[in-house]
Amino acid sequence: MTSDRPAVLTLEGLQGLIEALAAEGYRVLGPTRRDGAIVYDAIAGLDDLPAGWGDEQDGGRYRLVERGDAALFGYAVGPHSWKRELHPPHLTLFRTRREADGFSVEAAADEPEPTAFLGVRACELAAIAVQDRTFLEGPQADPHYARRRAGSFLVAVNCGEPAGTCFCVSMETGPRARGGYDLALTELLDAAGHRFLLEVGSERGRALAERLDARPAEAADLAASRAVSERAAGRMGRRMETGGIKALLQENQEHARWDQVAERCLSCANCTMVCPTCFCTTVEDTSDLSGETAARVRRWDSCFTLDFSYIHGGTVRGSTKARYRQWMTHKLASWYDQFGVSGCVGCGRCIAWCPVGIDITEEVAAIRGEKNPESAG
Amino acid sequence: MSAMAAGAAATDPMLPAVARVVGRRRETADVWTLEVAPPDGWAGFAPGQFNMLYLPGLGEVPISMSGDPAAPGPIRHTVRAVGAVSAALAALRPGAAVGLRGPYGSAWPVAEAAGADVVVMAGGLGLAPLRPALYRLRAERARYGRVALLYGTRSPADILFRRELERWRRQLDLEIEVTVDRAAGDWRGSVGVVTRLLPRIAFEPVSSVALVCGPEVMMRFAADALLDAGVPEPRIHLSMERNMRCAIGQCGHCQFGADFVCKDGPVMSYDRLRARLKIREL
Amino acid sequence: MTVETLERYILEHRFFEGLEPAFGSLIRGCARNVRFEAGQYLCREGEPADQLYLVRHGTVALEISAPGRGALTFQTVHEGEIVGVSWLVPPYRWTYDARAAELVRAIALDARCLRDKAERDHDLGYELMKRFVPVLVERLHATRLQLLDLYAPPA
Repeated sequence: MTSDRPAVLTLEGLQGLIEALAAEGYRVLGPTRRDGAIVYDAIAGLDDLPAGWGDEQDGGRYRLVERGDAALFGYAVGPHSWKRELHPPHLTLFRTRREADGFSVEAAADEPEPTAFLGVRACELAAIAVQDRTFLEGPQADPHYARRRAGSFLVAVNCGEPAGTCFCVSMETGPRARGGYDLALTELLDAAGHRFLLEVGSERGRALAERLDARPAEAADLAASRAVSERAAGRMGRRMETGGIKALLQENQEHARWDQVAERCLSCANCTMVCPTCFCTTVEDTSDLSGETAARVRRWDSCFTLDFSYIHGGTVRGSTKARYRQWMTHKLASWYDQFGVSGCVGCGRCIAWCPVGIDITEEVAAIRGEKNPESAG
Repeated sequence: MSAMAAGAAATDPMLPAVARVVGRRRETADVWTLEVAPPDGWAGFAPGQFNMLYLPGLGEVPISMSGDPAAPGPIRHTVRAVGAVSAALAALRPGAAVGLRGPYGSAWPVAEAAGADVVVMAGGLGLAPLRPALYRLRAERARYGRVALLYGTRSPADILFRRELERWRRQLDLEIEVTVDRAAGDWRGSVGVVTRLLPRIAFEPVSSVALVCGPEVMMRFAADALLDAGVPEPRIHLSMERNMRCAIGQCGHCQFGADFVCKDGPVMSYDRLRARLKIREL
Repeated sequence: MTVETLERYILEHRFFEGLEPAFGSLIRGCARNVRFEAGQYLCREGEPADQLYLVRHGTVALEISAPGRGALTFQTVHEGEIVGVSWLVPPYRWTYDARAAELVRAIALDARCLRDKAERDHDLGYELMKRFVPVLVERLHATRLQLLDLYAPPA
């Protein structure tokens, strides 16, 4: 392959892509089936991919199901997002050592391995772009994120099988990747065989693609790829009306719906953990018993915890109502003020992984005063 | 993307400089002013800004600078010993090491107030982040109209910077009114809430600038009293308090509506805050 | 002091700002000029509230005395403000001590005289109510804030 013209990879060609990435020095991560879910983990080849598995998702529900075909990327999204790699759940910032005249500070070693992400969905590309704004584009960049981001090679795989919880069409982030990737694949499973349309999105991507054993795409391949995306776009399990949503939420902070959702919300923080854009962290201090050395560790935090808004004297957001309102208003409204985009990419994880099935699209509809089509009555 | 990320990877804004405590002064029973030698690269601060002070194994807290931003020498931080970190900070002796990141946050609009009357309203420990503004107002006294400090605190024993306030009052540069919530018999000053001091001072409300810092409840009523007196909303500035961990808008803790108090604040004008201050648990 | 001067003092006092002169004459009939040296008491807790004071100069400390704690000042009253709202409502009894913290000049109004005139002339009564009720509301608000103990170190 010698140009940016789309190409077609066979299954062996895909294996070749994984091997080429590894040969380039990338740790290759991709979807694997573990503990009844599709999670991202190290992969060596096609055998590690969840062939034939799809997912069924709904409010508070996630199940793997056998598809009855050989699709390698036949699921929507699992509980993991690439946030785990770019913005690790747990990161030592620095260590201190006691000295005769006080203490010294030493930055923790942080040399992340270059990593290739295989199977990045369009919604996840959008989520990465959203987190870029948080961690790279403010007055002070986060060097840990910046290093991981610079060393990541993104292989998108266009979504062909949206879940019942998906609404990327509403959020205008998918289902087809529109940039932000190095390479993009569309899995094609039809009479013409099991193959992948390969599109190039960056210089790095082109350099790698040139080394692959691929044939130029024909009009039928391109049409098949477009058809996958169009079919996926038509099968969104959820929708969210986003017109005027910033004002809607910011001007309805005392809406009765917040009390109602608070009656169900367990403040468990699952939604924030699975959300691919939630970025909040706290910092913890540890020291050895003698006080000789200490460390500061950054870890994911959630606006659903009581401690999150603690100031001297007490917690600002003491009620579940206030915490849910903070999360959703931040995600769908304040985010525009802070970062110029929505904090929601429509991946639906918060809906599926909520133990009581709270549905962000339903909550928006309720505050709008609509009856959600998904919930009768 | 890669060029942007590579350029940004240079320094970690979460790494503190190790600075040296050079002095400590007791202000009240539980409030201390810690003097810290400026670390390498310290480029000064503006009135109203804060630093993050860190102690190994204990943690890091935001502490307002309370000294004169124009004065050479140590950086002054006034801290109330209420939590594990602040109590340990307050107990530091000269020679001790302390981690320091900063300065962070927005500043009081001191220069912008030139030509106007300035009303400074402080409640309790809220006087500390206002003192740098008072130093600047005094230093360039001729640039301002009338300048008044209205200060309310718990009891006469809780008055911060008392000698300095008495000296300033004698020098007649500022009109200074202090009131306490309760007092024993030997207190000769006012008793009552700080907003009651407002009718006692002469100022031109429409063109004046008000700087307010104290507990949120106090600031709400102070802002109402200033508005009632005729000060326009954009000319009333409050310093907000929220949980701050990173001070650079990346940890999410200090959000107040769409603002990160650490970088969009802490000093914000009342027109921006008014609607949000009326929402509980925001 | 002449009657005219007394009436002028009443009309010029911030508490009676904008009062119709006719009411000024009525009120003047109950008024006298008074002066307290520092440390003297304007009134004592438990005594009949038969006076109220328009403070013209100086500071008055309103105090409650508690065994072992001495006199606690809960509010100070300054020039342009008033001492005394207990005269307005039964049982017309002072519920605190009012002590001159420094030399205080004031207009004392005889409470019985004022109540009688207000009873006979409801327009005057309403005018007085409109001026005294805000004082009560403001003191209640101040009391709430003091009760919150806003500046106390967090528990």
